[in-house]
Amino acid sequence: MPKQKLLMIGNGMAGVRTIEEILDRDPEKYDITIIGDEPHPNYNRIMLSNILQNKMTPSEIILNDETWYASNNITLHTDEKAILIDRHTNTVTTTKRNISYDKLILATGSRAFILPIPGADLEGVLGFRTIADTEKMIETSKKYERATVIGGGLLGLEAARGLLDQGMDVTVIHLADWLMETQLDAKAGELLKADLEKQGMKFLMQKATAKIIGKSRVTGLAFKDGTQIETDLVVMAIGIKPEIELAQHANLPTGRGIVVDDFLNTADPDIFAVGECAEHNGIAYGLVAPLYEQGKVLADHLCGIENKGYRGSKMFTQLKVSGCDLFSAGDIKETADIKGVTIFNSIENKYKKIFMRDEKLVGVVLYGDTTEGNRLYNLLKKEEELTDFTLVSLLHKSGESENVSVAEMPDDESVCGCNGVTKGDITRAITDKGLTTIGEVTAHTKAGGSCGKCKPIIGDILEHTLGDDFVSAAPAGICGCTDLTRDQLIIQIRAKQLQTAKEVRHVLAFRNPEGCSKCRPALNYYLNMIWPQTHADEPESRYVNERLHANIQNDGTYSVIPRMYAGQTDPQQLIKIAKVAEKYNVPLLKLTGGQRIGLYGVKKEDLPKIWEELDMRSGFAYGKTLRTVKSCVGSKFCRFGTQDALALGEALERQFEFVDTPHKFKMGVSGCPRSCVESGVKDYGIICVENGYQIYIGGNGGTEVKEAQLLTTVATEQEVLDICSAFVQYYRETGVYMERTAPWLERMGMEHVREIILDPTEQAKLKDTLAEALAGRDDPWKQVLEDEEKQKLYHVERV
Amino acid sequence: MEKKYIADLENLTPLIGREIIMDGTTIALFRLTDDSVKAIENRCPHKNGPLAEGTVSGTNVFCPLHDYKISLETGVVAAPDEGCVKTYETVIENGKIYLVTAL
Repeated sequence: MPKQKLLMIGNGMAGVRTIEEILDRDPEKYDITIIGDEPHPNYNRIMLSNILQNKMTPSEIILNDETWYASNNITLHTDEKAILIDRHTNTVTTTKRNISYDKLILATGSRAFILPIPGADLEGVLGFRTIADTEKMIETSKKYERATVIGGGLLGLEAARGLLDQGMDVTVIHLADWLMETQLDAKAGELLKADLEKQGMKFLMQKATAKIIGKSRVTGLAFKDGTQIETDLVVMAIGIKPEIELAQHANLPTGRGIVVDDFLNTADPDIFAVGECAEHNGIAYGLVAPLYEQGKVLADHLCGIENKGYRGSKMFTQLKVSGCDLFSAGDIKETADIKGVTIFNSIENKYKKIFMRDEKLVGVVLYGDTTEGNRLYNLLKKEEELTDFTLVSLLHKSGESENVSVAEMPDDESVCGCNGVTKGDITRAITDKGLTTIGEVTAHTKAGGSCGKCKPIIGDILEHTLGDDFVSAAPAGICGCTDLTRDQLIIQIRAKQLQTAKEVRHVLAFRNPEGCSKCRPALNYYLNMIWPQTHADEPESRYVNERLHANIQNDGTYSVIPRMYAGQTDPQQLIKIAKVAEKYNVPLLKLTGGQRIGLYGVKKEDLPKIWEELDMRSGFAYGKTLRTVKSCVGSKFCRFGTQDALALGEALERQFEFVDTPHKFKMGVSGCPRSCVESGVKDYGIICVENGYQIYIGGNGGTEVKEAQLLTTVATEQEVLDICSAFVQYYRETGVYMERTAPWLERMGMEHVREIILDPTEQAKLKDTLAEALAGRDDPWKQVLEDEEKQKLYHVERV
Repeated sequence: MEKKYIADLENLTPLIGREIIMDGTTIALFRLTDDSVKAIENRCPHKNGPLAEGTVSGTNVFCPLHDYKISLETGVVAAPDEGCVKTYETVIENGKIYLVTAL
């Protein structure tokens, strides 16, 4: 029997999730075609505000990439709009073709509601709904300064926070008395406003916009009370409007959305609607959790699996703005029969309010601490009488009431609201599949994969489920191939005089004789460190960046970042870089964070040619090694400079370049305590003062910001170099591969490290050992250019 | 069936991939420790990572972009990740590597 043709109009989260659910149930049942009018595959719209807030990139929010569609045999037409549904012939006409169907799913979603006021069509007036809107906002922020967001609801505030992050001056216009008035009560709304004001957001409350002012581009807003403000960008975030025109033209009953029954069926037995465009029982939902619940029901129905039908959803809300944790669910207005219980802790600015009717929980508002959100939401959904519960309890000893949420949580309670995953689903996955990390739980169950707010609870469940095994289940070894720790390995390598990685794996009984992507580079590093003269480096165990001496980019191209000692360059170098960039059509030239020039988007085959033409040394911007020595101009030009910071920076960089370290290693030399080069967050940071040089160690400005600690103050440049030798070598000898100096220092203890590297005998010994390791080092680019065998690595064969 | 000459065994370094472009498709070619040769599509199903640049261990390659583990024998991505890449059959005759393609 030929497969039935299933056509879906709309390529968004609700629709594609429905298709995933169908594929899970019966991948062979339908021939699937999807039409989407955006030029992207399915992406996570909830995360758009994270793009605006510089937390994610557009490619990171793609949920299903093109290969997913291809590998599931789904025909995808993007950038194509459906225009007409012909219900007599079961055909949909798009801007490019006619497509016939047996079953049709309308998943057209909704669009941003734009106020019907004069000027709403001016340039610079946007909704906040798509990747295109988001990109437009980021683009605008580069040219203009002032932004106005109309609407102080969830979406408006996330947009406003993002525009602040883009460097704009942001004002939020809100009609009601307090922010997010449908989800928050007045008190929580005020707390939120105060916190956002502290972040720099401005507010105009109880303001109704009358008109948008401007000739071709927006220049201001006029309000009904006669006042005006100037602005360069207007984002309307006052709500969404379900896309129902197609259904209306096809004479399907519509209200606010396309009317569907409990099985998401429209009035036509072959046509279904799911997601924001559908209206069930008078409600068109705009949050992801109910839409995913609908998707499951529809998938069952279309695969012929019996199902109770969709009964509507209770909703909850959280705001993705850091520093403003809030949670809201259910009915939050006090009436004659709904009574509230409020707890406000003004010491920690935590506000909790629950709303009860007939001893049942009907609403929750949490501000400042939302850890109880899920537990309360589940109580609310169950509609049980809460006679056993204490409504208010103050000053319990810590520990008495903790962890109640996970241990007492029944299996059918929902943990991940976005994806409808219960505690039972998670515990089953943990025990059946032996999962030990939050990442694994997300990979297997989807829990935590959408908004991510439930990850702490998943962690609690892991700990609770695994109990004592939680610790022992976590592998103690450096990777899955061995149970040996880093220290045990080093001791064994030295004791048994193991010379090669193969020998280490064989003698120490690694489970996988060829190792894995984790232990291979680690062993290569340890062996190089222990036997600097005799160990032959294994290029095949190096990560691609260190093997090819270039940083791999997300599209498989590479970057070229030449050495510029202490950030200095000269006209000849700049001319060479410019010529090379032009000749090889380098897509991006950019100054790096380490005061150098990077050429990005270079093809692998071009790398050696470019290095040859540049005739500069490798900046080693790709390795676990000394990266840069960021330096200021110091006493050479700066009127505050106390020492020649440039010369010291260059000396440090020349002495320590090309040495392998457990992780990347950055230095900084500031000419005075103003520390323009941020020496306080460098692995080895120098601050020059009138009487010498302050040496700071163990700083890190990355994932976890760690302030460097003052090691000592010395009088001469030579001492700075000597102490650096000892520090680098001690880190090399005792560091775990992939461990930065900050956690290393914490593990070793500052006092211990200070004692070792400032002790004259130890210092001299460490310095000698490092000199031995440095002896054989050379510029890797030059080595490639001088060795035809090495150049073969860059060849691409064409046959 | 057709045999197409693609490379010489002696030009491949064990455990370091080589990128081959054939009729517009790019293929990742690997010489394993036992001198056998494997060929797969040079494109990770996750984010199109160039598998020829990955770390090779046993009969698996780890994608250089996000560490997906992919079997060089079946092309299947190891759980919990999902996906599959195309594999190609190869033969070695007198040190020359040929790709076997269906006509």
